[in-house]
Amino acid sequence: MDTAIAKPDFFAGAIHAKTVFRALRNRTLTAICISLSFLTLVPLFSIVFLVVKNGLPLISWDLFTQLPPAPGVAGGGFSNAIIGTGVMVGIALLLAVPLGILSAIYINEYAPASRLSGAVRFVAKMLTGIPSIICGVFAFAVVVMATGKFAFLSGFSAFAGGVALSVLILPTILLTAEQALMGVPKAYREASYGLGGTNFQTIWKIVLPEAVPAIMTGIMLAVARAAGETAPVLFTALFSYYKVKSIMEPTASLSVLIYNFSTLPYKHQIQMAWAASLVLVVLVTITNVLAQIVFRKKN
Amino acid sequence: MSGTTASNEKKEIARYRSVPDLFRVLCWVASVLTVVILAWIGYEIFSQAWPAIKKFGLNFITGTAWTPGRQVFGVLPFLIGTAASSVIALLIAFPLGISIAIFLSEDFLPVSIRQAIRFVVELLASIPSVVYGLWGIFVVVPLVQQYGTILSKYLGFIPLFEGPAFGNSLLTASIVLALMVLPTITAISRNAFVSTPATLREGAYALGATRWEAILGVIFPAAAPGVVAATILAFGRAMGETMAVAMLIGNSPRLTWSLLSPSGTLAGLLANQFAEADGMQINALMYAALLLVILTLGVNMLGEVVLRYTQKRTAGIN
Amino acid sequence: MKKIASTLVVLAALTVSGQLASAETTLQGAGASFPAPFYQRWAQDFNKQHPDIQINYQSNGSGAGVKQFTQGLVDFGASDAAITDEEIAKVPKGAVMIPATAGSIVLAYNLPGVSELKLSRAVYAGIFLGTITKWNDPQIVKSNPGVKLPDLGIKVCSRADGSGTTFVFTKHLSAISPEFKEKVGTDKAVSWPTGMSGKGNDGVTALVQQNPGAIGYVEYGYAQNNKLPMASLENKSGKFVKPTLESGTATLASVQLPANLRIWPEDPAGAEDYPIATFTWLLLYKTYDNADKLKALKEFITYGLTAGQATAPSLGYIPLPKEVVSKCQAALDSIK
Repeated sequence: MDTAIAKPDFFAGAIHAKTVFRALRNRTLTAICISLSFLTLVPLFSIVFLVVKNGLPLISWDLFTQLPPAPGVAGGGFSNAIIGTGVMVGIALLLAVPLGILSAIYINEYAPASRLSGAVRFVAKMLTGIPSIICGVFAFAVVVMATGKFAFLSGFSAFAGGVALSVLILPTILLTAEQALMGVPKAYREASYGLGGTNFQTIWKIVLPEAVPAIMTGIMLAVARAAGETAPVLFTALFSYYKVKSIMEPTASLSVLIYNFSTLPYKHQIQMAWAASLVLVVLVTITNVLAQIVFRKKN
Repeated sequence: MSGTTASNEKKEIARYRSVPDLFRVLCWVASVLTVVILAWIGYEIFSQAWPAIKKFGLNFITGTAWTPGRQVFGVLPFLIGTAASSVIALLIAFPLGISIAIFLSEDFLPVSIRQAIRFVVELLASIPSVVYGLWGIFVVVPLVQQYGTILSKYLGFIPLFEGPAFGNSLLTASIVLALMVLPTITAISRNAFVSTPATLREGAYALGATRWEAILGVIFPAAAPGVVAATILAFGRAMGETMAVAMLIGNSPRLTWSLLSPSGTLAGLLANQFAEADGMQINALMYAALLLVILTLGVNMLGEVVLRYTQKRTAGIN
Repeated sequence: MKKIASTLVVLAALTVSGQLASAETTLQGAGASFPAPFYQRWAQDFNKQHPDIQINYQSNGSGAGVKQFTQGLVDFGASDAAITDEEIAKVPKGAVMIPATAGSIVLAYNLPGVSELKLSRAVYAGIFLGTITKWNDPQIVKSNPGVKLPDLGIKVCSRADGSGTTFVFTKHLSAISPEFKEKVGTDKAVSWPTGMSGKGNDGVTALVQQNPGAIGYVEYGYAQNNKLPMASLENKSGKFVKPTLESGTATLASVQLPANLRIWPEDPAGAEDYPIATFTWLLLYKTYDNADKLKALKEFITYGLTAGQATAPSLGYIPLPKEVVSKCQAALDSIK
């Protein structure tokens, strides 16, 4: 390293060269770093571009009101897939939101240091790492095979798909709810107790309302994720070309529609897959952006 | 008079106390249910896998043939495919992810551009797997087909590039997989870079280091555990990824060394065969699912432990 | 809270309405992708005439079809591999199989510039065995004088799912090649020595479409409707036969249906016979508890066996010979 002591002149050239080299290396690395960063823009732009280019021409009122066409047939839409996705995400929320929030309340408010709380946190962390297809395998074993035994119910159902999705989003909701509750200042709780509030009143009237925006953020992120998942729904809800009439029947979903149609050799069906991708990506992006807005608003 | 108010008060307090107790019980039940769910998943998979475990034992893991018709089940090709696709995906994603993480934590360019790139990476993370698969079919498959054929022509003597070059191959799946795990590496690494203490950075500059000497010589080593955690977690994610890989990898149950040949992963095996398996095949698939769960959970636990360690470490320095 | 309550109400309404709306009869079927376009067209045309009967057919492969039929998860199954006696024994309500249509299995290929391709028996068995790996292999060149075959690797496309098409194709290959029979064998899902796999007949068609140098086995209609060239195959009498309606019909004409209506022409001997053609079966229970469903089912199948057969050629299927239709009708009548 250079020091303050004056060096004899014959070192000056070497030092100068080394400095130039270091500056050059610095510039080069910066250039590489920036270009690699922009490189990632390329695939994203490609995806967005193709989704819009191939999917947009098909967007019409028909697309949202009609049923999927048989392979090789033109026209049609995916109204049942949109409803199906909505129904299954709805079922997943119905199951996972109460479970997640109540568990988060327990581990954060009632007994943060208990063994049960430790176990819940561990389980939540483990569940985040579970491949989504395992959720489908679980729902298949537990719901499809069980309900299939009753004559008037068919095993493959939107309900089974919803159960698989609920297992998928439970850890997200639980962990973000816990974070949200932790984010409520201790002072609020202490003030409430100081005024004679019980645990229940404190939680229900003070802590929860404060935590709601962050919890909503978590729920919206979970919704965005669940709507786009295919593996959990693939062999639980299967697919259907007909209207959604009951939650105990095979049901269409946007993600399975994309999966099924993308491997078909028919141009129209492939284009429908792009259109469904467009709808899905727009839905997911809007939900994510909304979630961010809600989160920022609170802060 | 005092008697009635006193007893009224007592009733009030009694009622007052019972309601919140119920709520606590409710929350307790929810917590127990949450724990039960994981146990239940483990139980279901394990109990369904047990007949296969008993019958095939460790030969299942080392066997190379998967022929349901002849009741021969071996998942080595799928294990290797899972590992290979994840490793290659990481090899591609790591330099990209680290570059972006460094870019986002330094001020090469104005904040607005950094925000834009950050937004782009988050967008990449939110695109559903099946859309990646669809894009992969029409963009990456033809590219790999085209350039792979050229590659196998000139470098085909190396087993890695042996032809014929399939579009639906290990390489294609790995490329798309890299895109999918990129946001994970970026986000966690960026956090690691940003939370290195300012004192370290300032000290390096004070000693006359250029920006990159500071980054590579000081900040990177300090953030290394975080980067390692990011890589491990991304690896776990890659192993569990199902749809995009199943749509792009060619679904071949054969062992192959070539990047340009079709391959298979555990998750893809499940996705393809589960709906119509019967008898021992279901048990074999459950055994494969068990292996997948062990692999991904193991890797994720490791990643979490390293992450926890890095957080403790940086907290300590500050 | 309000949101949860209203969601509950909506779901309840959906479920209830589902049960109330049973003025409509829905039949659930699942199985082979081989005849799927035909069945789906049937269902649509039939629905136009009988708006209160809806037929929902899932094309998820013969393997899944047989499995779901055995487990009672569907009202009818479909399979080109019909159903074996062991599988029938597992069905508590008993099973009846009825050939609903027929088709040829063709070898579709993707070779830019090559519109006519002749494959001898040894060659096409060798391709699927993985012993012949290049398009300009001398054996292929020998059968195709004057055709410029490129120095390209052969990419075999097969089925990833349990498939009746695979069953019939491997049955034929096992009949013409003892090496194939020993190494690979006959089944709905086999371990192919080479190549890549896709789901369903349509998945394989898409793979062949997208990969230059690819060859795959699919039902005639899929290749026809996607403009994929099909190879002419050498039959038992040594002639190279193109897959057409006539050659397929010739193959099936000589087939004698046994009492249980299950048979495959493994290696037809006629001079004009296309080597690989098969019936495909609808799997029905011997008894149905729901009288409405039974009536709807019988009407649907009767329609398919009579008026429906007219649409077969346009979609790429072979109309059933008259004797077969009467046997099917008899089998259908035996269902209570």
